[in-house]
Amino acid sequence: MDALTRNNVRVFGQMDQQPILFAHGFGCDQNMWRFVAPEFEDDYRVVLFDHVGAGGSDLTAYDPAKYSSLEGYAADVNEICRELDLHEVVLVGHSVASMIGMLAVLAEPERYARLVMVGPSPRYIDDGSYTGGFSDADITELLDSLDSNYLGWSSTMAPVIMGNPDRPELGEELTASFCRTDPDIARRFAEVTFRSDNRADLARVPVPTLVLQCSHDVIAPVEVGAYVHEQVPDSTLVVLDAVGHCPNLSAPAETTAAIVDFLRT
Amino acid sequence: MSSGELVTERDRAQEAFTKALLDDDPETLYERAPCGYLSTTPDGTIVKVNETFLTWTGHARKDLVGHRTFASLLTAGGRIYHDTHYAPMLHMQEHVREIALDVVTADGQRLPVLVNAALGRDDDGEPVVVRVVLFDATERRGYERELLRAKQLAEASELKARALARALQQTLIPPHPPEIPGLDVAAVYRPAGSGEEVGGDFYDVFQVGTDDWVVAVGDVCGKGVEAAILTALVRHTLRAVAMQVSGPAEALHALNEVLLHHQTDRFCTIAVLRLRLVGERWRLTMSLGGHPQPIMLGPGGLATAVGSPGSLVGILPDPTFEETQVPLDHDATLVLYTDGVTEARRGDELYGDERLRATALRHDGSPATVSEEVLRDVLDFQGGSARDDIAVLALRTLTRVREADAPPS
Repeated sequence: MDALTRNNVRVFGQMDQQPILFAHGFGCDQNMWRFVAPEFEDDYRVVLFDHVGAGGSDLTAYDPAKYSSLEGYAADVNEICRELDLHEVVLVGHSVASMIGMLAVLAEPERYARLVMVGPSPRYIDDGSYTGGFSDADITELLDSLDSNYLGWSSTMAPVIMGNPDRPELGEELTASFCRTDPDIARRFAEVTFRSDNRADLARVPVPTLVLQCSHDVIAPVEVGAYVHEQVPDSTLVVLDAVGHCPNLSAPAETTAAIVDFLRT
Repeated sequence: MSSGELVTERDRAQEAFTKALLDDDPETLYERAPCGYLSTTPDGTIVKVNETFLTWTGHARKDLVGHRTFASLLTAGGRIYHDTHYAPMLHMQEHVREIALDVVTADGQRLPVLVNAALGRDDDGEPVVVRVVLFDATERRGYERELLRAKQLAEASELKARALARALQQTLIPPHPPEIPGLDVAAVYRPAGSGEEVGGDFYDVFQVGTDDWVVAVGDVCGKGVEAAILTALVRHTLRAVAMQVSGPAEALHALNEVLLHHQTDRFCTIAVLRLRLVGERWRLTMSLGGHPQPIMLGPGGLATAVGSPGSLVGILPDPTFEETQVPLDHDATLVLYTDGVTEARRGDELYGDERLRATALRHDGSPATVSEEVLRDVLDFQGGSARDDIAVLALRTLTRVREADAPPS
């Protein structure tokens, strides 16, 4: 199967312009970029995709061995770029996809022009003097949370379609499937996300990088964003007014403006 | 708080709720509702909370309102779930339903809750408030945990069973026929369906003496563990009796006896070949026990069925097994197969003998090519998924190799 089908790739905007590729993080799918990506369609070739295991990706392509490390996900990103023949790519990664994006850039640096990390964390678990914000037990607890919401997942696979009269642009299919993942895959993705350690890779990032940090984010605290900025050689840190971990949803305008500013420099 | 006190508190809340319903007092309806009720800003900061929630969690209103976010009341794992699932869903679809979370109470205990929430917008469509309702799910969560445990156990046993089936299958099917000097033997095997159930087809190639070999291809009726047991019995019996008898028909008679006396009403079909090197040539004697006739691919595009069918093995007390001497010319290939090949179906259409012959002739190169191509064609015919096990074994003499090995005269 080709990567474009496997990863449910969507391309729109200006086909002859510089590509901007958005990668979603743990939990949901490419719809996380719903309020941000369209802002770039006038000036860029916009590429969206789902990681294997998420959204509209091909679940049968989920290979536990391949996706037991973030490198497996990064390989998919580069495969998508190869199939679309993308160059000078601006890669925007949210949450764990900041690290996936970084690994993709490290594997094929000549392909990428810039990297944007939204709410990055190179390591979630505290380690000596390094504060990631979580203990190992916290991560185990997260896996329990996923298990507890397991029954909810099963029942939503039945046609429980929730109407949304106020925001008709949200299709019913999306409403029913958004953030719903096969619990086994969700658990494995959570493990690889929250137990990875990519601190040593930060110093090797060869492209100009924007670190977008929310002002209050329990998943990727401000200190972690500052650490990433400190470690990545050619990086800019922007702290958003937005709180939480998903400024792309809660503060799309502020997020978009920060990325546009960075791409202008 | 002890569970006794909690129950009393709940009873009191319920009583007040009923009374409020009767009195139609909105304030009491809110404060004493039999569920926790929170309102937060879109960022999650708590701006309003009802008494029931405070009673359940032991938190004081002044510590929560304006100071704490809803997510901060959750366990660390729950906070991650909140930020990666709950909050995005709330922003995208304006509500979430039946999210299972644990609220940390004032004294550090955990209260399992089910959460429904809805995002409220102002007239301009800007989000202004999130209304959160929490239901005590202590008992439900306990039950779900047991369900989950049972499911995990079941999955673990299934994995174990599958691993066992695979291991068993490996022992029944030799992965590669052994090297026989002067003979080229290749075989393929493909179990029915997803390939995880133990099937009844098998093949075997083993040596009984110097330049003296037995090749067998068979099919035990049925599938699953019972068929697998019988398959093992047939193979081991054949290996044992082949040492003691001179010809394949005699081996089939012995096998028939063993199956008749075994506690099973299952039977098998089998083709048994005895190959002896006499001088420079392999001499082949074959006997069939109710098995499809092998096909000899000769020069000039000829495909001939060889052998005489014989009785099924394990049914009749007095079966007939004939022996056939099959000439093995150096440019001829003998193809043995199970009925998974010829009885493969596409709708009402059978794969059949003709198609098999044509395919085999088309690919009459090495035994490996013939067997692999026949398997591929049969699978393609069925749209990729085999309804029955398929085994194909092909052999060919390598006279020229033998001649080259021989000392010059």
